[in-house]
Amino acid sequence: MTTEMQRRADAAHPERIDLKVITGFVTPRARVLDIGCGDGALLQRLENEKEVDGRGIELSQKGVNEAVARGLSVVQGNADHDLATYPDNSFDFVILSQTLQATHNPRLVLEQLLRIGQKVVVSIPNFGNWRIRSQLVLKGRMPITQDLPYSWYDTPNIHFCTVRDFVTLVDEIDAKVEKAVALIGNGRVMNRAIRLPLWNLLADQAIFLLRR
Amino acid sequence: MTRLETVGEIEELARAQADRPASLIAQFGADEPLPLDAGVSLSPFQIAYMTYGELNADKSNAVLICHALTGDQHAASANPVTGKPGWWSLMVGPGRPIDTERYFVICPNVLGGCMGTTGPASIDPATGNPYGLDLPVITVRDMVQAQAMLIDRLGIDQVLCVIGGSMGGMQVLQWAASYPERVFAAVPIACAARHSSQNIAFHEVGRQAVMADPNWLGGKYAELGGSPRKGLAVARMAAHITYLSDEALHRKFGRQLQDRAKLAFGFDADFQVESYLRHQGMTFVDRFDANAYLYMTRAMDYFDLAKDYDGVLANAFAGTKTRFCIVSFTSDWLFPTSENRTIVHALNAAAANVSFVEIETDRGHDSFLLDEPEMFETVAGFLSAAARRKGIT
Repeated sequence: MTTEMQRRADAAHPERIDLKVITGFVTPRARVLDIGCGDGALLQRLENEKEVDGRGIELSQKGVNEAVARGLSVVQGNADHDLATYPDNSFDFVILSQTLQATHNPRLVLEQLLRIGQKVVVSIPNFGNWRIRSQLVLKGRMPITQDLPYSWYDTPNIHFCTVRDFVTLVDEIDAKVEKAVALIGNGRVMNRAIRLPLWNLLADQAIFLLRR
Repeated sequence: MTRLETVGEIEELARAQADRPASLIAQFGADEPLPLDAGVSLSPFQIAYMTYGELNADKSNAVLICHALTGDQHAASANPVTGKPGWWSLMVGPGRPIDTERYFVICPNVLGGCMGTTGPASIDPATGNPYGLDLPVITVRDMVQAQAMLIDRLGIDQVLCVIGGSMGGMQVLQWAASYPERVFAAVPIACAARHSSQNIAFHEVGRQAVMADPNWLGGKYAELGGSPRKGLAVARMAAHITYLSDEALHRKFGRQLQDRAKLAFGFDADFQVESYLRHQGMTFVDRFDANAYLYMTRAMDYFDLAKDYDGVLANAFAGTKTRFCIVSFTSDWLFPTSENRTIVHALNAAAANVSFVEIETDRGHDSFLLDEPEMFETVAGFLSAAARRKGIT
């Protein structure tokens, strides 16, 4: 019963399963940096459930101020500019959730994440998803979906990739995928047995746990 | 016309505070000298301070407030000279962000000040006259060292939080650098890790205005009679402009005329903004000692935290466990966000626990003294979380 209610609740708020998966990756009492932490919902969850020593970086000043007022340690900044000041290995986990596609230099950002953190959690929207492909192929229009609701001219997402593209980049920078989880539309976790080509077609987003 | 050298009633009251303040006093005798950055020791000396709230049994709930250039120890209670509410009464008090029902608040007058802590207006026991310029130049580090002696005297090992704006923020940074293990949390507001060239320049204009006043008498006005009111008023007027912003001044005064329908074609205060500045200057000189103004501005000019750490600011915070919350204001051009961000980057480089909030307001540097709800929420939330982590209920 509880599981069913939880499943429904998760289905009603697809972002929550995303946070749940990430929370599952993080070990208790770890030092965590959440980049693009918004108002600090994930940090709060990690502090409550995993007793982490959490920090955040957030672009929007409003998000930062709300998070700090809630007692979280958050600074205003962005992934492209502000990672360079952090020393090597300063965190056990560095999390970049749904933000890589909005950075100017995703490869450099990913390298910085792997420099700062022992382990890196990255979640990406999958541009290889069949709905997105079909909008482009069948309609000849730039895709707009529930998760990616922007028009081509006003989107903050400037560097889209597919699951396959991302895995290739991870290989290129000599990083290792330790764990990966794919999520489809309503927030269901895809069966782990299903392999990459199918993920690339079906997943709406994928979450990776990486290390050097 | 008023003779400016006449010492008025309020000024009389202010002068009395220099040695006999209407607040608590901690005296440090010959056995506890204060070694100053200037290379000499100060002894004896005293610190005038106020406290609000109760120190808990394990002495873990102390919040130290560091005041700014012309502030004093009366953060949350009526000023004995002006009768006005404490300068941070919106921030400190029962149910306020720095909640005196939860925290034990200590606010000392800084070394070199003129409200009862030893400063140029205090009597030099060697001569029986006010120190004047015979007092060695005081630095921010000297102020903080003296405060640490006060905290020792109160039997407190570690303060929950050190907080302050502007020159107060500089003291907070110095505290965190000099005594990291004694500072659980630190909130430097609207400040910088070093005083910029432009800011030194503004201070120099102020000091020159004071010293150019014939009543300054080489700093010996207190023993010879009178005081450099005009010079100090001009210094305050110039400085006051830097505490505001173009936008705020325009919103408040525009080009509106003062008590007249048209321009007078003279050099009286035609504009409201002129009248406002003159008022600011005149009320300031009633309550503040001109020599103390020289010492305070000099202390800020000399502040360059990285200098003591091989020029690398991050080294000042190496290995720190202190939790930091940096606060800046969008329209503050005296201590702009960029200066505050430099501190954030240094703290990141030291892998410190840091929050950074920039608050949008058009009220300039003075915002930290004003009703800025977002600043209050930030301080309340940050302080409360720090207290929770330190196990204070």
